[in-house]
Amino acid sequence: MSRLEVKMPGQAQAVVEQLYRNMERRIAASPPGLCPVDMALNFLNLCQAQTCGKCVPCRIGLAQLSNMIREVLDGEPDISILHRIENTAQVIVDTADCAIGIDAANLVLMGLKGFRDDYEEHILHHRCLGTLKNPVPCVALCPAGVDIPGYISLVNEGRCADAVRLIRKDNPFPTACAYICEHPCEARCRRNMVDDALNIRGLKRYAVDHAGDVPQPKKAPATGKSVAIVGGGPGGLSAAYYLALMGHRVTVYEQQKQLGGMMRYGIPSYRFPREKLDAEIASILSLGIEVHTGVKVGQDVTFDQLKDQYDCLYISIGAHTDKKTGIQGEDSQGVVSAVEMLRHIGDDEMPDFTGQNVVVIGGGNVAMDVTRSAIRLGADKVTCVYRRRQEDMTAQREEVEGAIAEGAEVLTLQAPLKIEADETGHVTALWTQPQIIGEIDKAGRPRPNTASVEPLRIPADTVIVAIGQGIESRGLEESGIKIQRGGNVAANTSTQIPDMEGVFAGGDCVTGPATVIRAIAAGKAAAANIDEYMGFNHEIKVDVKVPTPRCTDLRPRGRVNATERDACERKCDFQCIECSMTDEEAAQESSRCLRCDHFGYGIFKGGRVEKWKRSRSMAGNCPPPRAPLSWRPLKRPVSPSPTCAS
Amino acid sequence: MCVVEIAGTQRLVPACNTAVLEGMDIQTNSPRVRQARKTNLRLILSQHNSNCTTCIRSGFCELQRLSHDLNIHYQPYEVQPERSRVDLSVPIVREASKCIKCMRCVQICDKVQGMNIWDVTGTGSRTTVDVSYNRYLKNTACTFCGQCVTHCPTGALTVRDDTNRVLRALADPSVTTVVQVAPAVRVAWGEVFGTINKNKQAPVGKLVAALRRLGFDYVFDTNFSADLTIMEEGSEFIERFTHRGKYRWPMFTSCCPGWVRFIKTQYSAYTENLSTAKSPQQMFGAVAKSYFAEKMGIDPKKMFVVSVMPCSAKKAESELPTMRDACGDPDVDVVLTTRELVRLFRSDCIVPSDLEEEAFDSPLGTGTGAAVIFGTTGGVMDAALRSAYYLVTGENPDPDAFAEVRGSKPWKEAAFTIPGAGTVRVAVVSGLANTRRLMEAVDSGEADYDFVEVMACPGGCAGGGGQPIHEGVEMASSRGSQLWKLDAKAPIRFSHENPDVQALYRTYLKKPLGERSHHLLHTDHEAWQALPKTDRPGV
Repeated sequence: MSRLEVKMPGQAQAVVEQLYRNMERRIAASPPGLCPVDMALNFLNLCQAQTCGKCVPCRIGLAQLSNMIREVLDGEPDISILHRIENTAQVIVDTADCAIGIDAANLVLMGLKGFRDDYEEHILHHRCLGTLKNPVPCVALCPAGVDIPGYISLVNEGRCADAVRLIRKDNPFPTACAYICEHPCEARCRRNMVDDALNIRGLKRYAVDHAGDVPQPKKAPATGKSVAIVGGGPGGLSAAYYLALMGHRVTVYEQQKQLGGMMRYGIPSYRFPREKLDAEIASILSLGIEVHTGVKVGQDVTFDQLKDQYDCLYISIGAHTDKKTGIQGEDSQGVVSAVEMLRHIGDDEMPDFTGQNVVVIGGGNVAMDVTRSAIRLGADKVTCVYRRRQEDMTAQREEVEGAIAEGAEVLTLQAPLKIEADETGHVTALWTQPQIIGEIDKAGRPRPNTASVEPLRIPADTVIVAIGQGIESRGLEESGIKIQRGGNVAANTSTQIPDMEGVFAGGDCVTGPATVIRAIAAGKAAAANIDEYMGFNHEIKVDVKVPTPRCTDLRPRGRVNATERDACERKCDFQCIECSMTDEEAAQESSRCLRCDHFGYGIFKGGRVEKWKRSRSMAGNCPPPRAPLSWRPLKRPVSPSPTCAS
Repeated sequence: MCVVEIAGTQRLVPACNTAVLEGMDIQTNSPRVRQARKTNLRLILSQHNSNCTTCIRSGFCELQRLSHDLNIHYQPYEVQPERSRVDLSVPIVREASKCIKCMRCVQICDKVQGMNIWDVTGTGSRTTVDVSYNRYLKNTACTFCGQCVTHCPTGALTVRDDTNRVLRALADPSVTTVVQVAPAVRVAWGEVFGTINKNKQAPVGKLVAALRRLGFDYVFDTNFSADLTIMEEGSEFIERFTHRGKYRWPMFTSCCPGWVRFIKTQYSAYTENLSTAKSPQQMFGAVAKSYFAEKMGIDPKKMFVVSVMPCSAKKAESELPTMRDACGDPDVDVVLTTRELVRLFRSDCIVPSDLEEEAFDSPLGTGTGAAVIFGTTGGVMDAALRSAYYLVTGENPDPDAFAEVRGSKPWKEAAFTIPGAGTVRVAVVSGLANTRRLMEAVDSGEADYDFVEVMACPGGCAGGGGQPIHEGVEMASSRGSQLWKLDAKAPIRFSHENPDVQALYRTYLKKPLGERSHHLLHTDHEAWQALPKTDRPGV
């Protein structure tokens, strides 16, 4: 017998490890709307299997909790069973010996608080409040409801122009989204259950790169109605696009020199090439939309004048003001806001950072954009300072990784303390207070706390502040538009502004800084509701026939990820970083689509929405259902869902 | 269930959801396919209450047939049917323990009837079918058309069985029992007993004889009151048509209770466009418990009126608080569906082919060809136009002059000129999704009519929710054409020529739209609530 042995997993253990990974992916692909009580029971059963069996509360208590919750689902218990479940779970929390039992019982307690009404519905009415809300996960999670399985299958058949036409039915910016969409559609892709989510954005990129020039559809006959759009970003132009298609006369007012909003003045051209943006905007304007750039509404022309002049008004001014850190020395020379810097870059006024030490404050996507732009503008060293850990950054992971690959330093757990300046008032350094990562907050992110370490001096010639954006609300408030606490415009999910006739609002100025696709979705919803408000019911549809699916290939296969240009080459210019898929890659990747529009629940109900228009009246028959479970845990404002895509 | 094996494909594929492509090599009975079909059927059966002996659908249940066909005689799985919670206060009854979640009810209600009453509810392995939005059926706009019942493959959806109430009345010697038979029943009841005569029809005379064997004191015909309905509704139309400004247009027929519930809940502003005439069933009840009771010296409180209908919604209609005009009791006491009637015959071992044909009793047993076509789409309009023409011109038109409104097209339009009155633009629609389309067109001004006939069930009453069920076959059209044949052969083809209806007016009602007619034969559609108020919104 040997004294020590090398630990080797057995075959069974190796397979179980594999199954754990499969389960993780499965949970990631879990469709919203599942009965939370049923899920609580099944999570609990997993926990129960993990108990070591040593202590009573965990070994027996979890089993009894499971029995009681099953009784709620399948039996006819008295409502008092909820107290029994709660008391038992509390005792397990209080007395179990280790985290296996304590945390499992905590899950049950969280559920009892978080979805008590679901428990009660089961007990009192033997029914479930949960209903499947997204038969086609990608479509349901796309704020604009783009027909994703439809265009994926068109790409698979090489019909890229048709794919673009199909996308335009719900989103007039296929190219913009092909380059920079944060692709919420991929989050719960059912293909996760087999191997990995489909690279949806990558396939869209392939489609727009290979579609050629796709002419816009014909407009409906002129209605004689006119709409003014305030703000020519993705949301405003989307509203303008659909309203123009419906036959209304549309005029866009833009404060900046050029159209595009954050797509031009926020997103650097190495992510979204300018010529692509210009071509997409030109295509939208080809519908005959009138544009006034360099006009500040509220100053050059008042809201009231616009209200008099037009039948309807859509406010989509975005969130373009910068937020200040409030630290000492912030007004020193050489301290700039990210918003300001990106705005100049948008108009090709490039700052020169040659040979400089640049320090960026922030951990979001904008912080990464200025970090990577600063590298391209000749900085010697760019340091991104963030007060939490790298994994807590709100920027997309690939953005952070890309910045690091291009030579950026990411200095984490450093909270800005003050900015040091020389006698001429020019910045010389950023002082930070090192942090220690602490307790998890309600949103699930750990809070940084001051560490017992001396402050740190980071030498800097330029400091760029990228800690968030706000909304320019002054002109709005004067004309009677309600502004919420925090500065957002008060508009409901149908983009209407309460107590104001004919004035609609959406996008970042309502939700706070969000994403291009959410602004597009708001613009689409606004177009439908403005059309309805003016007394019309125009249908938006496209005559592209989606290919009938063949049998799906379910053999697990790797996901085709986007490749990027060499870091040392790309960091010297503003050319596009990301490469398009090859024909071979696009064919393989698109064949991984499970066609949830055809297989599964999608073929039965809630599958393809071929046109968006007013749903027929169903008086007395369809009470507004409770908000679907899927959306309930989201505390942040949800972008308006298009009312017509029913 | 319907899986096939395709060469070169790893998994079996669902035949119903896979497009056939050139060059596919498909096996429908491979060993793998046989095994898969049996296993899947056994899984279905493991959640099905298979007490076939006491199931209403035994003998014409698709699941039962399939189980026999696939030679399934044992069940390896534990059987755990869902718990049933049955509500008998409405005519449509769902027994969850028999539901196999095929979702046909959801489909027929969504796509054909456009009402979205049924839905898939719950999630995970507890997913089932129930009333949409977590409501109870009694609190919904359900029209009780019963199309979900006739398309259910098992006994999960049924029409409430009221035969015991009829048997109790028949057993009570102090009660006079009166039965009326709706037009569409006569062309469907015989289907269950096989071919009865060489014309493959069950003559109505045999139906009369069979009803007498059950013990009814008087066997009458709803055709009589269908003719009466034409007299009232036709006169009402002429009155409205000649005083256009006083009324909202178009005028709608009111004989289909599913449609009446539909308009009251979906387009309530149009309720006043309904003809105030009661349906033939309710006119019959009101006349039986007044005129007939008086004539025969029977205490109407001791009279029990049963109607046999092709319809489930008629049960709800007879229970309305507004349908108690003759003596304060319900004018019609019990409504049986064609299927319930057949069950009564079978349990009494009545063999129709053994019976001699008999005639209806008098005086409420006489009907014309114009009445018998009430059972099919276009029939009410055709009959009404025949008599309206007469009422205006004093002359009979060709009975086939209005044939444009016939046929099984779901939405028909026509215009006829009645000399002296003008051109009447009519429409005929059946099926509630079609009806919704028509209403949208009327509401938006795209369509403009004077008179519209609506029947909730596709093809009209012939395809009603109370009719015999045949797996995979829609019978409305063939039954309808039999009704048109009965009309063509009828000795009298105009409602206004029904001698017993004429006698009723002469001796009792005096004239159409008169005071007694107003009391007995017309109703206020606004006087009852179609959607009960609930304490919990949306439930």
